This record gives sequence, structure tokens and C-alpha cells, in this order.
Amino acid sequence: MITIVDYGVGNLGSIVNMLKKVGAKAQASSDPDVLRQAEKLILPGVGAFDPGMRKLNEVGLVPLLNELVLEKKVPVIGLCLGMQLMTNGSEEGVEAGLGWIDAETIRFKFGPENAHLKVPHMGWNTLDVQRQHPLVADLGPESRFYFVHSYHIVCNDETDVVAYTDYGYPLAAVINKGNIMGAQFHPEKSHRYGMQLLKNFAERVA
Amino acid sequence: MIRPRVIPALLLKGQGLVKTVKFKDPKYLGDPINIVKIFNDKEVDELIFLDITATNEKRRPLFETLSKITSECFMPLGYGGGIRSLDDVKTLLNLGIEKVILNAIAVENPAFVTEVADYAGSQAVVVSMDVKKGFLGKYEVVTHSGKTGAGLDPVRHALEMEKRGAGELFVNSIDRDGMMQGYDLDLVRRVADAVNIPVVACGGAGDIQHLAEAIQQGGASAAAAGSMFVFQGPLRGVLISYPSQEELRRVLP
Repeated sequence: MITIVDYGVGNLGSIVNMLKKVGAKAQASSDPDVLRQAEKLILPGVGAFDPGMRKLNEVGLVPLLNELVLEKKVPVIGLCLGMQLMTNGSEEGVEAGLGWIDAETIRFKFGPENAHLKVPHMGWNTLDVQRQHPLVADLGPESRFYFVHSYHIVCNDETDVVAYTDYGYPLAAVINKGNIMGAQFHPEKSHRYGMQLLKNFAERVA
Repeated sequence: MIRPRVIPALLLKGQGLVKTVKFKDPKYLGDPINIVKIFNDKEVDELIFLDITATNEKRRPLFETLSKITSECFMPLGYGGGIRSLDDVKTLLNLGIEKVILNAIAVENPAFVTEVADYAGSQAVVVSMDVKKGFLGKYEVVTHSGKTGAGLDPVRHALEMEKRGAGELFVNSIDRDGMMQGYDLDLVRRVADAVNIPVVACGGAGDIQHLAEAIQQGGASAAAAGSMFVFQGPLRGVLISYPSQEELRRVLP
């Protein structure tokens, strides 16, 4: 069973819909007993960093998630804001992040040559895959993914980046370190390409 | 890099999809679920649904119909029509709609825009404005299917909505609706130049060149259209279509 962490932030209905479509067993829950039983976890999220982090703290799930992810090594993927929450912190707020991955979340910074680019980065973009990983298997060169974000993450260890995307400059779009994964885009809203990525998470990630 | 989004904007009337001309004469197109499945297969960038009678009938969104639609849709979805409370917003987000589109209520109660943005994030809040050109060429924002003048200038309204927390603006020209002769580029330009948030142009697209004009001349971040994706030929036979990725990349580099 894949359990989507329900902390009151994010489009859980869409993620459950898509996982069902690829034949994976999935549910959304905030119940600690249910989360303990999860074979894999999804940390969703939309909106701003501090409200997201505060809600995660309010529901009291941070110690349990730390235990599951850092000690029991349950595979977890953070989506969009969910991925940003896994970093040390964000320029968007003052709250500390989960610190699961050695990275910072920063605002888009454009030089004069890219001053015409609007923030948020909103729309469909492609991936520049850096290394093999089960998440990005069988994606095909025509794959595109739906992004909507004003902040992005910078990994302190570049080898944690599985794929970059380009908006003014290359930025981390898929990350991985051990059992921890993240995607800056919304696979649940990215047609068959996102479906393939979530299918990979369900079937190929061990 | 990304190319600008191209968005079919679909009108719900009762349980069916329709298409209007200048916000009038709704022509029945078919069952929404079937048409959505076709757009999903065509891998469109995004879909927008507008329930054009909800506000006038003082009724809430048709959640059950929307739930059938969202379970078939694996792309970003926007919904507008009859949204009156934060509970409505929560229900829509749980169904898998990621952008709620506020129109009349944003004029009547601008604070609601902030309330929704605080709850769901600005990226989830689209303010839609229906704009009519008066006899002296002056633009005015109108609500309730074009029947009620709001006494607002589109640029002033756009700036206010951006300040209130809107993440995107949907600018719909009533005069161009269904005409398929091109967007009101002057209107789109004025709004896009004034704000920093993305502007979606709607009203008037008849072919793929018009989409490019909205972006390149209008300064819009995305182009929405109804007629050109649901009609074919001078007799306006119902046929669902969407440009291929190659065509879109060629016209919208």
C-alpha cells in the first residue's frame, strides 16, 4: 500500500486517482497507525513553504515521518512543495525544513537576459536526465511534465539530482538520495508521462 | 524551456457542454464526460470548465458531474461558476480541481480572493473577468453572464485582484466570444502589461495563428479558446480537435 501523507495541503484526490489508474493500491491518511503500515509514502503539497511546514507540525507527524524515512528507510517521494519541505529550509519562509536531503529552497533569480520570464514557472517542461534511476525509466524523449512553482531547490551535492529542467537556467526537477525522492512537477497532472513516473514509483522503486 | 499554454475553455450548462456567441445562443455540444475523455487523449495542456448558469441560478457547482470529469482528467483543471464559500473551494480541491476560478464573487467580495489564496495558495486562485467594450470604446468588467455592469475598469480590477492574492487572470472578451476572428489584443495587452501574474487570454480564437498573437502581441502567458477546439468548418459542425505538439511548438516557440 502506498500512503499519501494527508496534512491538509495538496491535491490528494488527483494523486489517488492516478495511482488507481496504474493499478497501485493507494490511500491518503493522517493516521499514525496507517502511516506505519505504509510500504511507500508520498509527501504532497502546494502553496507556500511556512504554511505547509506548520500544518505538518500541527498534525504532529514530523517525528513519525522522521522515524519512517530516516531510520526505517521507507521509500518516500515528495511532490512539488512536498519536495521543498524535505530540504533544510526555504527563502520563502522562516520555518526549518525536514532536512532529509542536503538542499536549500530558493526563489528564481534571473539575470537581465532572462528578465522577461514570469514567476511562477507555470506550464509543461521537459527533463534533462543526469543519471539512471527507476523513477525516470521508460519516460521517452517526448515526455513533458506540468510545473507550477515560484521557488526551486538547489542540492548541495549535485549527484542527488536525477534530472534537471530548464527555466532561465537548469534547476533540479527530480532528486534522489537513498530511499528519498522528489519531483518538482506534478506527475498526477502530467498525462501519461506523469503516470509512467508514478507507475515507476509504485512498481520499480524498492 | 516551456512554451505558452494552450487551454480549451469549456462551458457547462446543466449537464451538457455548450458554446456561445457573445455569451448568447448556447449551442449544445454533447456530454461533458465524453468530450473530456477526447481532450485527455489529445493530451491538452490544461482544461478550464465554466458553469455559465450556476451564478445566475444562485446554485452551487455540480460537484457530482465534476467528480466524474476529474477522475478522467490527468492534466491541470480549472473550474469556475457558483463558487461562494471556502467550503466550495475545499470540495473542488479534494475532487482534483487545482485552480478555482472566481468571477462575480471577486467583484462583490474581493476579500474572498485573499481568503482562498491564504487557504490554497495563489497558484490555485484564478480571477476571471468578462469584459465588454462600451459605445465609446471604453472597456468595462461585467458579471452574471454579461448582464450586470460592475463599473470597473479591467486594468484597475486586474491590479486589485493581483494585490488580493490572485495567481492568474483569465481575461474574456464578450464581444469576441465565439466570433473566431481573433482576440481583443488591445485588451489583453493592457492587462498583461499592468500585472506581474500570468494572464490567460480568451475570446475570439479561430485558428492557431490567433493563439500565437495573444502571446506575442497581447503579452498573455496562455491562450484559451472554445469554438476553435469544438467546431469545424463554416457550418460549425461539432468536432473536438487540438493542435499537435509539433504545430504548437512551431507557432509558439
